[in-house]
Amino acid sequence: MMSGVREMTSGSQAVASQIRRRRGCERALNQFTQQNLPACKPVLTPASVITIFLMLGMTFIPIGIIALRASQKVNEIVERYDADCVPPEYRNNKVAYIQDSSIPKKCSRTVKVEKLMKAPVFIYYQLDNYYQNHRRYVKSRSDNQLLQGLNYSKTSSCKPEESSNGLPVVPCGLIAWSLFNDSYTFSRGMELLQVNRKDISWKSDRDHKFGKEVYPFNFQNGSFIGGGTLDPNIPLSNQEDLLVWMRTAALPTFRKLYGRIEEDLHPGDLIEIDLVNNYNTYSFGGKKKLVLSTTSWLGGKNDFLGAAYIFVGCSSIFMALVFLLLHLKNPR
Amino acid sequence: MANGDRQRRRSHPSSVHSLSFGRQSSEEVLSLIGGPGFSRLVFCNDPHCLQASILKYAGNHVSSTKYNIATFLPKSLFEQFRRVANVYFLLCALLSFTPLSPYSALSNVLPLVVVIGVTMGKEILEDWRRQMQDIEVNNRLVKVHRGGGVFDNIKWKDLKVGAVVKVDKDEYFPADLILLSSSYDEAICYVETMNLDGETNLKMKQALDVTSKLQEDLDFNDFKAVIRCEDPNANLYSFVGSLEFENEQHHPLGPQQLLLRDSKLRNTDYIYGVVIFAGQDTKVVQNSTAPPSKRSKIERRTDKLVYLLFAGLVLISFIGSVFFGLWTSDDITEDGSMTRWYLRPDNTEIYYNPRKASIAAILHFLTALMLYSYFIPISLYVSIEIVKVLQSIFINQDLNMYYEEGDKPARARTSNLNEELGQVETILSDKTGTLTCNSMEFIKCSIAGTAYGIGVTEVERALTRRKRLPDEEVHGDDTSDNAHKASVKGFNFFDERIMNGEWINQPHRDVIQSFLRLMAVCHTAIPEVAEDRREVTYEAESPDEAAFVVAARELGFEFFDRTQGSVSIRELDLVSGKRVERNYKLLNVLEFSSSRKRMSVIVRDEDDGKLLLLSKGADSVMFGRLSEDGREFEARTKEHVGEYADEGLRTMVLAYRELGEDEYREFDEAFRAAKNIVSADRDEMVEEVEDRIEKNLILLGATAVEDKLQNGVPDCIDKLAQAGIKLWVLTGDKMETAINIGYACSLLRQGMKQIIISSETPERVALLKAGDDLAVSAAAKANVVDQINRGKTLIKESRESSDAVALVIDGTSLAFALEDDVKDAFFELAIGCASVICCRSSPKQKALVTRLVKIRTGGTTLAIGDGANDVGMLQEADIGIGISGLEGMQAVMSSDIAIAQFRFLERLLLVHGHWCYRRISSMICYFFYKNIVFGFTLFYFEAYTSFSGEAAYNDWYLALYNVFFTSLPVIALGVFDQDVSAVLCLRFPLLYQEGIHNLLFSWKRILGWAFNGTVSATCIFFFCIRAVEAQAFRKGGEVVGYEILGATMYTCVVWVVNCQIALSISYFTYIQHLFIWGGIVLWYVFVLAYGYLDPYISTTAYMVFVEACAPALSFWLVTLFAVISSLVPYFTYSAIQIRFFPLYHQMIHWVRNDGQANDPEFCRLVKQRSLQPTTVGYSARFEASSKRLDKKPEQATTNIE
Repeated sequence: MMSGVREMTSGSQAVASQIRRRRGCERALNQFTQQNLPACKPVLTPASVITIFLMLGMTFIPIGIIALRASQKVNEIVERYDADCVPPEYRNNKVAYIQDSSIPKKCSRTVKVEKLMKAPVFIYYQLDNYYQNHRRYVKSRSDNQLLQGLNYSKTSSCKPEESSNGLPVVPCGLIAWSLFNDSYTFSRGMELLQVNRKDISWKSDRDHKFGKEVYPFNFQNGSFIGGGTLDPNIPLSNQEDLLVWMRTAALPTFRKLYGRIEEDLHPGDLIEIDLVNNYNTYSFGGKKKLVLSTTSWLGGKNDFLGAAYIFVGCSSIFMALVFLLLHLKNPR
Repeated sequence: MANGDRQRRRSHPSSVHSLSFGRQSSEEVLSLIGGPGFSRLVFCNDPHCLQASILKYAGNHVSSTKYNIATFLPKSLFEQFRRVANVYFLLCALLSFTPLSPYSALSNVLPLVVVIGVTMGKEILEDWRRQMQDIEVNNRLVKVHRGGGVFDNIKWKDLKVGAVVKVDKDEYFPADLILLSSSYDEAICYVETMNLDGETNLKMKQALDVTSKLQEDLDFNDFKAVIRCEDPNANLYSFVGSLEFENEQHHPLGPQQLLLRDSKLRNTDYIYGVVIFAGQDTKVVQNSTAPPSKRSKIERRTDKLVYLLFAGLVLISFIGSVFFGLWTSDDITEDGSMTRWYLRPDNTEIYYNPRKASIAAILHFLTALMLYSYFIPISLYVSIEIVKVLQSIFINQDLNMYYEEGDKPARARTSNLNEELGQVETILSDKTGTLTCNSMEFIKCSIAGTAYGIGVTEVERALTRRKRLPDEEVHGDDTSDNAHKASVKGFNFFDERIMNGEWINQPHRDVIQSFLRLMAVCHTAIPEVAEDRREVTYEAESPDEAAFVVAARELGFEFFDRTQGSVSIRELDLVSGKRVERNYKLLNVLEFSSSRKRMSVIVRDEDDGKLLLLSKGADSVMFGRLSEDGREFEARTKEHVGEYADEGLRTMVLAYRELGEDEYREFDEAFRAAKNIVSADRDEMVEEVEDRIEKNLILLGATAVEDKLQNGVPDCIDKLAQAGIKLWVLTGDKMETAINIGYACSLLRQGMKQIIISSETPERVALLKAGDDLAVSAAAKANVVDQINRGKTLIKESRESSDAVALVIDGTSLAFALEDDVKDAFFELAIGCASVICCRSSPKQKALVTRLVKIRTGGTTLAIGDGANDVGMLQEADIGIGISGLEGMQAVMSSDIAIAQFRFLERLLLVHGHWCYRRISSMICYFFYKNIVFGFTLFYFEAYTSFSGEAAYNDWYLALYNVFFTSLPVIALGVFDQDVSAVLCLRFPLLYQEGIHNLLFSWKRILGWAFNGTVSATCIFFFCIRAVEAQAFRKGGEVVGYEILGATMYTCVVWVVNCQIALSISYFTYIQHLFIWGGIVLWYVFVLAYGYLDPYISTTAYMVFVEACAPALSFWLVTLFAVISSLVPYFTYSAIQIRFFPLYHQMIHWVRNDGQANDPEFCRLVKQRSLQPTTVGYSARFEASSKRLDKKPEQATTNIE
C-alpha cells in the first residue's frame, strides 16, 4: 500500500522536473511526451484523390505500353511433342511405350520460323502438371551432400533415393533422381544448329551450391530408374542440366532452360528437331513442350504485365473522371 | 520532558465530545483467549526468548513481488500459456521437430521464444520495480528496545514479534503494535489511518492504564508482559486479546490499543508499543487483496476474433487435407501403377502414402495447422501489451492532467483498460472529494432581507463564460475571477458593505450584529489557538460548521475560547466602537439531527444577563417557526434562499429569540428530565421538549455556503454530457446536499422534472415506531414500487413534451429498488432520466448500482471516487478512477487509473480515451489484416503444390514476418496515431460517440478488414504468378523458380502491408515514417544479408536478391504493379467513404482541412448538424434558461411524495 504513494511522488517529480526545464532538447522530448510532434495529417480531399488517380493512370499507362511492346517484340515457338512422338500403335498405352526401354524413343519434329528471331534464341523444355513444388519432392535433397559429396553422410532427407545397393547415392534425393532426360538437336535444312549448353544455370549454384570436386556416384543404379543419368566423370558443378533441374519450379507448369542457339533464325526457316523422348510424363498426364524464344529486357513473352498495367492505369483515369463528375455535381 | 509536559497541558477535543469506548467486558474477552483462532502468544520485550522462537511467527519482512528466482520460470510460463493462442503456438513449435513440419524447427521456435521472452521481460521489469519498493519499505528504520533501556534503530524487516518499539511523531508504524504508553499522561495517541481506510480525521487510541506509566526509555529495562490474542486476520476494526502484566493479572485488550501498520502517528510526540503482528500477519497485509483483473471489451472481442480466425484456419486446413488426400490417393492407380512417379509413391513414409491416403490426410491436417499458423498473429498480444504500456506512459506524462498544486500527475495503474476509456457510456461518480473539494466556503448571506456577498460560484462562472463566448472553450480557471479570492480557508465572501467592520453603517446594523453573533455562538466547534500565531483555528464536526465560525471571525466576531460551560468571543461593541471580549454562558445545546434539521443553543449573555435562544436550520423547518413579528424579512429572505439553492449553495436560516427566565426554567427542567429518561423513546421526548421552545423565532437572515466544487467541474460535466456520456451521482450525503450539488453541477436545473423517491415518509416513521420490522419493509417497498411506477408514467409524459427528467433516490429506497423483482422497473426508470442522483447510499449499494448499470446497459461503466467508501464501486465498474485527493490512498489503490482532479476526466476520456480506443481498435484490425494477407498467399501457394504443405517462402522469411518487418509500424500506429488532435477532440465532444457505439471495432469493420486482407492476398498472389508464369523473367533467359517467386511475393506482401498502414493512418510523424519505410528497407537489407550467408543456412534464399531479383527489371515492375493494384481497392473505397459517407472524425478532418477549425461560427454549424440535444450540463441549462426567458417562468418541479 505504501509503495503506491511513493511511486506516485517519484513519478510526479519526473513530471515536475520537466516543467522546470523546457528548452532545446527538452522541448522535443516534451513534444513527444505530450503527443504534439510535428506531423503531417493527410486528408483524402477530392482534389487529392483525383490527382492521385490521374497520376497513377499517367504513370501506369506508359509503363504498360512499354512492357506490352517489350513482350510483343519477343518471338517464341512452342512445339508440343509428347503426344505426337508416341508411335500410333502405343497411343492407347503411352505409359507402356515410355517405360519399355527396348522401343527406340527417337522422334523428329519440324517447326517453321514466322518472324526473325535474333540470337540468342533460348531453348526451353516446358512441363505441365508436374509438381516440382510438392513438399516431399522439394525436401528430398541434401545441399550438404551436393557440396561435399560422399564426405557427407547425413542424407536422411533424401529418402527413398538415399542409397541403393547399400551404397550412398550422389546426388541423392528425388529431385536428382527424376532428372529430365529428353534431348534435342536442331538443324536448319542440312545445317546443324549449334546449341550452347553452357551457362544455362545460375552462377551461384555452380560456384557455391554444387561441389567442384563432387562426382556422381552410384547414381541411377537402383531397381527403379527415374530420370536421366549423369556422367560420373564430370563434377556436379559442371552438370548444368542437373543444376537447372534442381532449381525447383514454383508452379506445376514450368519451363527450364535447355540451351541457346547463338544464331539468328530467319522467317521461313524450317527447323528440324531431333529429339529423344525419354522422360515419362504420360503416367501423370503431363504435357511436354519445346520452346524456342528470344528475350527482351523484360524477359520472355508474356503480355499480362503490360496489359495489367494498362488496365489499372485506365481504371484509375476512369475513377478520376467519375470522382470529378461527382464532385462537380455535388460539391461539398 | 518539558515538551511532553506542555503537550499534556493542552486540552484535547475529547474533553468536549465525550468519547465512549466500546470496550467489551473483560470476562467476555478473556473467555475467548486461548481458544481456536485466539492462540497467539507474544512475549513482550523478549522477542528472542526460547518460547518465542519455537512459535516462529512471521518476521516483518514484506514482499509484494509476484515471483522469486525459483518460481519465476514456471509461474510466468504458466501465465503465458494460459492464452489459448500461445498454447497453439507451443504445440506448433513442438510439432515442428517432427517430419510433419513444413518448415525448420528453429525458425518456428524463435518467434515464439521472442514473443514469450519479451512478455516475460516485461514481467521481470514490473516485478523488479515492486522489489525495489519492498526493499525501500523493508529498510526503513525504527527504534527498538535493545535491552537496558536503550533504544536503537533497526530496519523494519529485522523487527520481531514481541519487540518494544518507540515511534516518533509523523512516523509510520512498522507493524501492528499494542500501544503501551505515549507522551501524554493519559497514554493516548492520535493516529491517521489514511492509508488504510482513506479517512483523514485522526483517530484516538489509548493504552491500558497499567502500562501507561512506562513513559521513559529506561522504564523498559525490566518490562515483561505476555500478550495472548487472536490469530492474524483481515478485520481492521476488531481485535481481541489480553495482556498479562505484573502479578499475572489479565487485562483485556481491544482495538483501542491496536496500532495498525501503515497508519501514521500524529499530534503525539512518541509512543511505545509492542509488536504483535509482523509482516505477512499484519492486518493491512492480510487485508490487501489483489485487485480484480479487468479486461476490456475490445480485448474480449479480440479473443473471439482469434477463435474465429482459428476456426477459419481449421476450415482451410481441412479443405486442404481433403484435397491432399484425394491427390495422394491418385498417386497410385488401382492397377498399381504410379502416376506421379517422381514422388516415389510406391516407397514412402506414412505422410504421403497413397495406400493410406486417409491417414496421410489426417497427418497433413496437422502440417496445415502449422503452416497456417501465420494466420494467427503471434505477436498480437505482446504488441498490444507493449502499446498499452506506452499509452499509459503518455497518460502519465500528460501535462494537461498534471495537478501542479498537489504535484500529482495522472497515473494509469493498470494499462489494460486504456481503450475502454474511449467507450464509456455511464459515469458513476462519488460526490464528496470527487465533484466537490470537501471544503465549504461561506460565500453569501442574506441579512435583514438584503443579499450580501459578491463571490462567484463555479456554476455562475461557467454560465457567464458561456454567455460571453458562445463557442470558445476556455479551460482552467479564469484568473481574473480568482484574483480577489480570499486566502482564508472556508471563506470566499466578499462584500465591502459589511466587511472590515463596515456593517455598522448598514441600515439594519443591529440585525447584522445579532446575525453575526449567532454565527459565532451557535455551533459546537472547538477553537485551537496556535502558540506562535495569534490566529485561531477551529475543529468542527462538519466543514460547513467550520465555515460559519470562520465567517463570523472574518466579519469581526471572533470565537476564541470554549470551556465546559461558556463560549467566549471578541466582538465589536456598538456603543463604544471597540472590540471587546464577551462571554456567553452556554446553558443548553439542542443538537442537530436529520429529522430536526436544525440546531439551537441557549446562552446567557454574561454582560446583560439576557437569555437567548439562537437557532439555525434548514429553510423548510425554520420558516414555520417564526413568530408573527419575526417575519419582517421573510419574503425577501425566501427569495434569496431560493436563488441560493438554485445555484447549488447550501442554505441555512438563522433566527433567534429572547427567553424569559420562567420559560427557560420550565424548559430546563423538562429537558433534563427528558434526557434522564432511560427508555426507547428518550430521544423522542427530548425532541418534543426542544420542539416546544424553538418557536416564535425572529428571523435574522440566511447564509449560503458553497460546497466548493472542484475546479472546472461544471465545464467537465458539460463536455461529458455533450459527448453523450451519462453521469450518475452516487453519494452518501443527505438528499438535500445531493440535490444542491446536482444544481451546482447543472445536473439539475430549474424547469427539470424531478422524480424524488424517498423512504423518509411519515408513514414509515410511524411504522418504525410501531416496531413491526416486516410490516415496515413491506410497506416501504410497496411505496417505492409505487413511486417507481408513477415515475415511469411521468417519463412517458415528458418524452412527449421532451422535457428532461431527473431522478433522485435515497439509500433506503434504493435498497428496495435493487431487489430482484423491482430492479428491472427501477432500471427502466433510471435510464429514462437525464440525470440520476442516488443519495444516502452505502458503499455496498454504490457497488450494486454500478453492477446493475454495467449488466443492464451492457455499456462500459466508469466509476470515479476518492474515498474508501468508493472502493467497491471502483472495483465493480469496468473502469475505476481514483481521485488522488485528500481522502487518502484507498480509492487510488483500488482504482485502475488515478487522477488528481475530476476535471481531468474530460481529457482522460475525450482525448486519451478516444485516442487509445481508436489506436487499439485500428491496430487489432490491421494486425488481422496483415496476417490474413500473409496467410492467404501461403494458402494459395499451397493449393498450387497440390496441398502438399509446402510453404511459399523460405523458413526465415516466414519466421520474421510478424516479429520483424511488420511489427514496428503497427506499434507506431498503436502508440502514436491521432485521428483528430487533442484540441479538436475537446472541441467536438460528440466524436466520443464513435467509441460508445463501438464504430471502429464493430464486426462489420473487422470483417471489412479481413475482406480487404483477402483481396490484397489474392491480388498479390495471382498478379505475381501470372506475371512471371513460365517464361523467362529477364534478359538472360532464366526462368523463375520456387525461390524467386517466394522472394517476389514476399517483397510484395511486405510492401503492401506497410503501404496499407501508411494509407490508413492519418498522422505521420517522423516516427511513423521511420517505422513504415524502415520496415520495407529492413526487408531488403535482410534478404541481401541473408542471401550472403552460407547456402547451408540460407538455402533457397542464397543470393536470390543479388543474383536473380535485383538485376531483373521485371521483378521491380511486378512489385510495383502488385503493390499498387492491391491497394487500389482500399484506396477507392476509403476515398468514396470519406467523400460521401464520412464518419464523424472524418467530418472533423474536413473542417480542419478547410481551415475552418478556428472559425467559431462554422464550428458551431458542424456541431449543431450532428449534435443531439444534451439534457444536462450548463449548456443545456443555458439553452433552457434562454428558452424560459421567452416563455413565462414556470415551476415544473414535481415532487412525488
